[in-house]
Amino acid sequence: MLPVMGDETCAITLKVNGATLRLQVAPWTTLLDLLRERLGLTGTKKGCDHGQCGACTVLVDGVRINSCLSLAVMRDGASVTTVEGLAEGEALHPLQQAFIDHDAFQCGYCTPGQLCSAVGLLAEGHASTDDQIRELMSGNLCRCGAYPNIVAAIGQAMRPRRSA
Amino acid sequence: MTTGKPHDRVDGRAKVTGQARYAGEFSAPDLVHGVVVTTAIARGKIVRIDAAEALALPGVLQVFTHENAPRLAWRDRSWRDMVAPGGSPLRPLHDAEIQFSGQPVALVVAESFELARHAAGLVVVVVEAAPHQTRLAEVEAEAHEPARGKKGYTPPPKPRGRADEALAAAPVRVEATYEHPALHHNPMEPHATTVVVEADGNLTIHDKTQGVGNSRDYVCKVFGLSTDQVRVVTPFVGGGFGSGLRPQYQLFLAVLAARELRRSVRVVLTRQQMFTLGYRPWTRQRVALGAERDGSLRALVHEAVGNTSRFEDYCENVVPWSGVLYECPNTRLEYGVAPLDLYTPIDARAPGAVTGLWALESAIDELADALDLDPLALRLRNYAEEDQDHRRPFSSKALRDCYREGAARFGWHRRSRAPRSMRAGPLQIGWGMATGIWEAQQAPSQAKALLTADGRLHVASASGEIGPGTYTIMSQIAAEQLGLPIAAVRFELGDTALPPAMIQGGSATASSVGSAVLAVCKALQHSLLKLAQTMPDSPFAGRGLDDVVFLDRGLRLRSGTADAVPIAAIMRHAGLGSLAEQATAIPDMARQSRYTSNAHSAVFVEVAVDEALGTVTVKRVVSAVAGGRILNPKTARSQILGGVVWGIGMALEEHSMLDHGLGRFVNHNLGEYHVPVHADVPEIDVLFVEERDDVVNPLGVKGLGEIGIVGVAAAIANAVFHATGRRIRELPITLDKLL
Ligand code: FES
Ligand code: FES
Repeated sequence: MLPVMGDETCAITLKVNGATLRLQVAPWTTLLDLLRERLGLTGTKKGCDHGQCGACTVLVDGVRINSCLSLAVMRDGASVTTVEGLAEGEALHPLQQAFIDHDAFQCGYCTPGQLCSAVGLLAEGHASTDDQIRELMSGNLCRCGAYPNIVAAIGQAMRPRRSA
Repeated sequence: MTTGKPHDRVDGRAKVTGQARYAGEFSAPDLVHGVVVTTAIARGKIVRIDAAEALALPGVLQVFTHENAPRLAWRDRSWRDMVAPGGSPLRPLHDAEIQFSGQPVALVVAESFELARHAAGLVVVVVEAAPHQTRLAEVEAEAHEPARGKKGYTPPPKPRGRADEALAAAPVRVEATYEHPALHHNPMEPHATTVVVEADGNLTIHDKTQGVGNSRDYVCKVFGLSTDQVRVVTPFVGGGFGSGLRPQYQLFLAVLAARELRRSVRVVLTRQQMFTLGYRPWTRQRVALGAERDGSLRALVHEAVGNTSRFEDYCENVVPWSGVLYECPNTRLEYGVAPLDLYTPIDARAPGAVTGLWALESAIDELADALDLDPLALRLRNYAEEDQDHRRPFSSKALRDCYREGAARFGWHRRSRAPRSMRAGPLQIGWGMATGIWEAQQAPSQAKALLTADGRLHVASASGEIGPGTYTIMSQIAAEQLGLPIAAVRFELGDTALPPAMIQGGSATASSVGSAVLAVCKALQHSLLKLAQTMPDSPFAGRGLDDVVFLDRGLRLRSGTADAVPIAAIMRHAGLGSLAEQATAIPDMARQSRYTSNAHSAVFVEVAVDEALGTVTVKRVVSAVAGGRILNPKTARSQILGGVVWGIGMALEEHSMLDHGLGRFVNHNLGEYHVPVHADVPEIDVLFVEERDDVVNPLGVKGLGEIGIVGVAAAIANAVFHATGRRIRELPITLDKLL
């Protein structure tokens, strides 16, 4: 019989949306499942669990990653930002506001991933044209087909940066 | 006016902050997790299921199989949901028979998701395989008329004239066979159900469904429960596109486990398992057109065969559109279904129309080429002014405006006719177009409303929000009717405790639920007017609803200078803290049945083809839509964008690939089943032409969820032909077909 890993847990420390958490996690728990099942942060979505859709995108130390492809224990000491951590209180992140302004979602299921991915994209600073946005956002699928509006929303959020 | 103006989604904030909760995201203190085990063979029998190793793990609660599942309803009738086709629906874990690859054969339930998943891998299913058939061409001869029973299915109309003779006699003829593979919906949210067992034993179910009532009734019938024991609550759905029209097997399995274990249970399907659900059926079609040299159509033959399963006759309206879209004296339309050892297909965005128009609109383009006529001119030459099959007028049809305005926006007049005549550097450029059509429908729905003295309005109906903007447009309708700011209105949906609404599908929510919201608001208006008339010196004495308007939180006369009376004052005078109404909107069949009501579109596409690599890139799309009154141009545009993106996927990428040796869809993941990504989707220009229709429903809307996709695949294939001179009649147009 294979060993059951559920019983043995590891102690890790994670900063999640600014709060420092000390957690006992099973080694087989992904960062995605930790967020959704243990921490109740269901804003981060599971679309495939295989790194193929981007719905689970979160920021780890400011870098966008697919949280379904990362075991929680691999991120000991890291700082994680999920969609729940983008707004400052009532004030939405400029990208969140831009998504609303441009109707950049329909069902909303891909949206948290698109948003976190877009935050990561802006931080990377590699995109300045719409085609570059399209290319660098292509890991985030949207079955509702909100793509043109997502590109427009990211463009809006990028604009102040462009003119700076 | 609140309707007709672009309005941000009222649920936008919930969606961008991660607060919108989907079926698999509800929880309960006693929640346990179920993981489904599916079979790997397409046909045969389960000999034995060995779950001992899984059950030996601490924390694994049970492995449900056909050997230990309780006996439930025995009549097919009890398993048939509201939109089931004819036949015998799947009964998960019912017996040892295997009817398709991917059939659920066990549910492993454990204290944690990871443990359940691990244990599911330990369950050994010993099977005895029987020969299977998954090739459509080999069963085409077995095609038959579908068994009756599927809601919304209409058998093809009788032939008109003598199509085959007229075809033989026509000076110009084209004839070809078109095919597209099975296509899976793949909403981003996997199918999921969370069953919460309440303290009194009743079930609160969060199910991924397009119809909470359908899921509730199914559970009640199958498990022998009464409707007050089961409540289905689904405020948000992460995309449906038809996949949530019928209750899916995770609902059954989650309820079964919850009842047996007396624990709350969640079952979420994996992406791989999403390919074990229904799909748009694999369909082969033959279209033959005969015309005079001036382009006038003389004969039209359209025959289609789509696949179904061996146990249900899934069917859809593939060919009727061909009888209604163009003027033609001789038509013969035929449709049949042929059984394969696969799961039953299910409606997918614009079911039937997407399929039929892909073939018809490709054939029209082939005819234009044969005649050396402009494809748009050919369509205008054969423009139908009435529904010839039913000999009745259209309630409205602004398709000519779609053609004109779409062509102008696209710059169609600059197209050079000959294939291979447009280039951009090393790339061949192609311009193609096609027509889209979808029926405007209305189904009975109910709504209730509560107006409180503080000027807030709560409206509710058990409709759904799969993404079209239901929350938003219903709030707009209600706000407009009572002269309230939209922020004062709260619309609630997705709960069987609310008044019943039609299943969210077929682009009929705005017309059906919208009409119910309109009706309940009219009832409130009526009550408020009555109350206002009892006020001292009421300016409304002897006036009817036609004489008054609700504006700026008040009531005033439409004409004259009398001051508005605030709603709050009316209610205060009547001593009322709140006012409640409930209303039902049913279609005016006597009137509607005298007309044919369809939404239309004209879609124009530019592609660039790299002939060295065989790659096709869609460069731009113009979609001109006649969809009746547009309630919210912002969300309406998004619906069309989504449809066009689906059309791009269907034309160039999507293909549920069958391995006929295994009888299984083998590219069952999002890495190998290609849906369009950001980089595949260009600028899409959507325009709505003016269209008034006071027949379709009281709001004059036609619905927009489907029309955006119809015709897109043909427009792209036509553009590829224009670019390369090669006519691809089998979708998707992948590079191997162009090299
Ligand atoms: S859920 Fe992680 S990429 Fe799809
Ligand atoms: S908004 Fe539905 S998948 Fe993107």
